[in-house]
Amino acid sequence: MNDTNTLQPGILSGLWATARRDLLLAWKRPGDVLNPLFFFAMVCTLFPLAVGPSAEQLEFSGPGVLWVAALLATLLSLNSLFLTDFEDGSLDQLLVSSQPLPVLALGKTLAHWLTSGLPLVLVSPLLAITYRMPVSVVPVMMLTLLLGTISLSLLGSIGAALTVGLHRGTALLSLLILPLAMPVLLLGANTVSLAAGNDVYTTGIWALGAYAIASLSLAPYATAAALRISNE
Amino acid sequence: MTAKLSADNLTLIRGERCLFEGLEFALESGGLLLLEGRNGCGKTSLMRAIAGMLTLETGEIFWNDVPVLKQRQIFHGDLVWLAHRTGLKGDLNMIENLHFEESLRPQSSRDPDEVYLRLGIERLKRLPLRSLSAGQQRRVALARMLLADVPLWLMDEPFTNLDREGRQLVMDLVEEHLGRGGMCVMAAHQDVDINAPVTKIRLQ
Repeated sequence: MNDTNTLQPGILSGLWATARRDLLLAWKRPGDVLNPLFFFAMVCTLFPLAVGPSAEQLEFSGPGVLWVAALLATLLSLNSLFLTDFEDGSLDQLLVSSQPLPVLALGKTLAHWLTSGLPLVLVSPLLAITYRMPVSVVPVMMLTLLLGTISLSLLGSIGAALTVGLHRGTALLSLLILPLAMPVLLLGANTVSLAAGNDVYTTGIWALGAYAIASLSLAPYATAAALRISNE
Repeated sequence: MTAKLSADNLTLIRGERCLFEGLEFALESGGLLLLEGRNGCGKTSLMRAIAGMLTLETGEIFWNDVPVLKQRQIFHGDLVWLAHRTGLKGDLNMIENLHFEESLRPQSSRDPDEVYLRLGIERLKRLPLRSLSAGQQRRVALARMLLADVPLWLMDEPFTNLDREGRQLVMDLVEEHLGRGGMCVMAAHQDVDINAPVTKIRLQ
């Protein structure tokens, strides 16, 4: 048993393996990936129909609507982050694996972002154009969404881990995450508005970047601790 | 290398019920620890506590005389757990599922194809696990155990869903594992016929 030549898998192999497995699962069930994206597109297209298609109004509300829709779409997709793993017992297997749990949690969050956050960012220019957003502002909006969705996925993973043992914890999950997500929403929407008004907007980008880095360095540990608590 | 799993003065309270109190055991290489008792008496809870997933009221579990909670990573690298829920993904096929496990713990030098043949699952490689029967899924979970190179096996009701041959196969596999110096903690209802030093714990 355990002779000296057996290789312990490296620390990053757990990260890549969980991310790869979740991406593979998403590939086999594309519906789960398309759902939040569909929600995002629907909210963004329905909004002008309800408030009226006047040019000023669209320009004025565009950044806000896009950001709120992106936030809600991310929250919608977070619920399932650990739920299927919890139900089929693979979460237990992750908890007793020799890999550090924060790394595995980060792997799952990475896959979640690649399948929910990144598609939103990629689709957003299309919707931004319908809000008559100037072409020069579109890259700014994409950058804020990119940084913002990274933060949201990471923060959301803490909430998803805490509520995984509860049945129907969706409402609670949103409630837990919203206070942490508020700064992202405010910074994101206001940065885009400032850019659209030809104002200085770089501060917002830096702040969003700082928020994303802070989430990246702290959230995996919080998620791991939350997973252990909710699996007692 | 010899290993040792021991526990001292374990007490676990779930809700209002005290599941066990002052429980202790010691398990050496080659030994089998058998957990017995009726449904709901706390076999799975004890197993989860051994795996370090439950906080105990009192007492501590030791792996090679070091508390498990102080070396969780090392301990987890030395065990594989066959739980009631297999922890395999229904949408992925057998190879994809087992491939994922490779990155989680050290793998043995066994030839995977031999293991599949022994477990009778060699024809199921490319089928999504969802389409397999419960017993076949159980066998895939057993393949995961055999392919991991770890001394400690935790088996929660390993005979569930298995046919008569399957049950005998599990006993043979455990006996081989113990014969090579491994150890096993098993919760079971059925009579277990394994030729090895057996310690029994009967939970009330």
